[in-house]
Amino acid sequence: MNKVMSNKLVIALYVLPALLLVGVLIFIPLILSGYYGLMEWDGIGAMKFIGLENYSNAIRDLKFWDSAWHSLLLAIFSTLSLVIYLAISMILASKIKGSDLLRKIYLIPMLLSSVAIAQLWIKVFNPTNGMLNSILMSLGVDSPPAWLAEPKFVLFAIFVPILWQYAGFYILIYYAALKNIPGSLIEAARIDGASAFQIAYKIKLPLIMGVVKVTIVLAIVGSLKYFDLIYVMTGGGPNGASEVMASYMYKLAFASNDFGYGSAIGFLLLVITLIVTVIIRKLTATKEEIQY
Amino acid sequence: MRNKKAITSLVAIFALLLFAAGCSGSDDESSASGSDDAKTIKFMHLWPEGSSKDHYEIVNEIIASFEEENPDVKVDLEVLSNEQYKDKLKVLSSSDQLPDVGMTWPAGFLEPYVDGNMFTPLNDILEDGLQDQFVSGTTEAYQVDGKTYGLPLELNIATVFYNKKIFEENNVEAPKTYEELKNVISTLKDNGVAPIALGNKDRWTGSLWYMYLADRIGGADVLNSAIDRSGSFEDPALTEAAAKVQELVDMGAFIKGFNGLADQEAKSMFMNGQAAMYLIATWDLPNYTTNEDVPQEFRDSVGYFNFPTVGGNGDMTSFVGGPGVGLFVSEDSEVKEEAKAFVKYFAEQWGEKSVTQAGVIPATKVNSEEVELPDLYLDVLNDLNSASNITLFADVQMSPDVAQVHLDQIQALFGGEVSPEEFTKKHEEALASEE
Repeated sequence: MNKVMSNKLVIALYVLPALLLVGVLIFIPLILSGYYGLMEWDGIGAMKFIGLENYSNAIRDLKFWDSAWHSLLLAIFSTLSLVIYLAISMILASKIKGSDLLRKIYLIPMLLSSVAIAQLWIKVFNPTNGMLNSILMSLGVDSPPAWLAEPKFVLFAIFVPILWQYAGFYILIYYAALKNIPGSLIEAARIDGASAFQIAYKIKLPLIMGVVKVTIVLAIVGSLKYFDLIYVMTGGGPNGASEVMASYMYKLAFASNDFGYGSAIGFLLLVITLIVTVIIRKLTATKEEIQY
Repeated sequence: MRNKKAITSLVAIFALLLFAAGCSGSDDESSASGSDDAKTIKFMHLWPEGSSKDHYEIVNEIIASFEEENPDVKVDLEVLSNEQYKDKLKVLSSSDQLPDVGMTWPAGFLEPYVDGNMFTPLNDILEDGLQDQFVSGTTEAYQVDGKTYGLPLELNIATVFYNKKIFEENNVEAPKTYEELKNVISTLKDNGVAPIALGNKDRWTGSLWYMYLADRIGGADVLNSAIDRSGSFEDPALTEAAAKVQELVDMGAFIKGFNGLADQEAKSMFMNGQAAMYLIATWDLPNYTTNEDVPQEFRDSVGYFNFPTVGGNGDMTSFVGGPGVGLFVSEDSEVKEEAKAFVKYFAEQWGEKSVTQAGVIPATKVNSEEVELPDLYLDVLNDLNSASNITLFADVQMSPDVAQVHLDQIQALFGGEVSPEEFTKKHEEALASEE
């Protein structure tokens, strides 16, 4: 086997199909969308080259920066929520009763499609017949807010299902990482008299730090390019109050028929995501690799 | 080593060839079928069997009888649902692969396709007497520079549907003036009934309210001339209409949280008797007449009234509405003559079939005395026959870019985020920047 894998020809042969697919489906469209961003184009007629005008318009476009701010807020909230998921998975991993069942329950939202989740939460948030407001009213709140209609609430109301949707995914990852820690280490710590909190904070956490870093990157990148729930639940409204970068891009390209500008926004989204990822990698980089 | 390199590159070339062959496969196929004896018209429509069964079946009936009369022509169907259809049409047009016959929306939607030389003018078949069969004002919506690029199939006007039972219980009557409307609203509100169902997440729904107020205050032309730039959007009538919208919002005329509700949700509130009035276009008529899935009791209790006059101004026979989808023929079609004959045949057959079998108000004239229809339909058809004006939906009239500004501003206006003056100013700026 080793002999086969050292043959460059074979390596090329194995890599080629995937490389072609990735190239054709990901990198070529990426370059193309950067290129379309240089055009004035309605997606149908002829393209007109206008240089960097779309990009300079985007940088001065307040609506774009609003949507970028909303995306960033989502990234911050998803990162903070990781702490909760970590705590939950620590509890689940410590052999409590019913942890198997709970783990499966947490995973259910991941099995639903985004559109189904959106429909479900639209019903929960319904201002007159919705579950949330019914509960609030029975608790004596006179006129609970119309969650998806009010600019000051809508963004946070949508964050709830988005975070809920991915909770199971992160819990599962942390759970698997925690289960990988050799029992002997925990046992040794316990014999030395470490408390449960100390074990969690000083032993478990450093040992799964690699996984935590990966999830931070996943959460942030996923948030920055987030689209589906927002598109279905509010369409970015009311009046842009829940617009994120991806939904703004979609609106420009497909509703305003401004493919050139939409492509430019899409390319900026890529650049912003890349920059943020690099920053996070830098911030979370550690020199020493912890080994068990 | 050299040998290996050669093999590697050979393999790479081979893979590329395979890939290229895969890409071109579909082209070969289509040209092969085109050169057959039987000519094939590719037809794409947006009424899937699942969601629009009646429409779907009428289309199939018409195709079947067309193929019978023209044995050397075959019609090849592709069916998509509304939003997918829009996206696919856009993608197909950018790669020059439009179907021979398809469906388009009027005005703002149509224009980029006409500019890109994608659709062919249909004036020659209209001049053959077909023009007279259309309700006046319908084919005009598909005109660009004097040429007509689509044959309209549907015609919808917006009216206020109301729940007669709720009105009776609260001792109110269908209003004829804005003052009466406000009285109805405050009475209903005092009695704990939500007056008006509105799903303004979709935004065009709120636009209907604004358009009617503008029409009644400033007359039929004020909005049209603001959009076609012979007038200004900062016309006092348009500002006043915006102020009236906010007056209605402030008095609690609309259901709670309307800016976050989809039209579908608002509709279900109206149909569950949770709201008394609902402004929507006549495409909803089947729900209030023939649709067996809706309880008979509710259907019996629905009536409609034309939008009231405002401050003594306005004409209650002027409507907001417009043709829905229409048929186009692709400019690059290889079977253009056959395709034209097909759309003509389709438009002729569609009228009576669609109104009796699917409850669509067609864009072609229907003799209301000859067809068996529910009363609500006959009333609407009669109203249409005596309509003094039909103002095309604003978001259809405007270019896509401006339409987005309009729709966002509608949401902001209803949400109280902008003043009426800012609202008209934003419109004026957007419209002016396109001149």
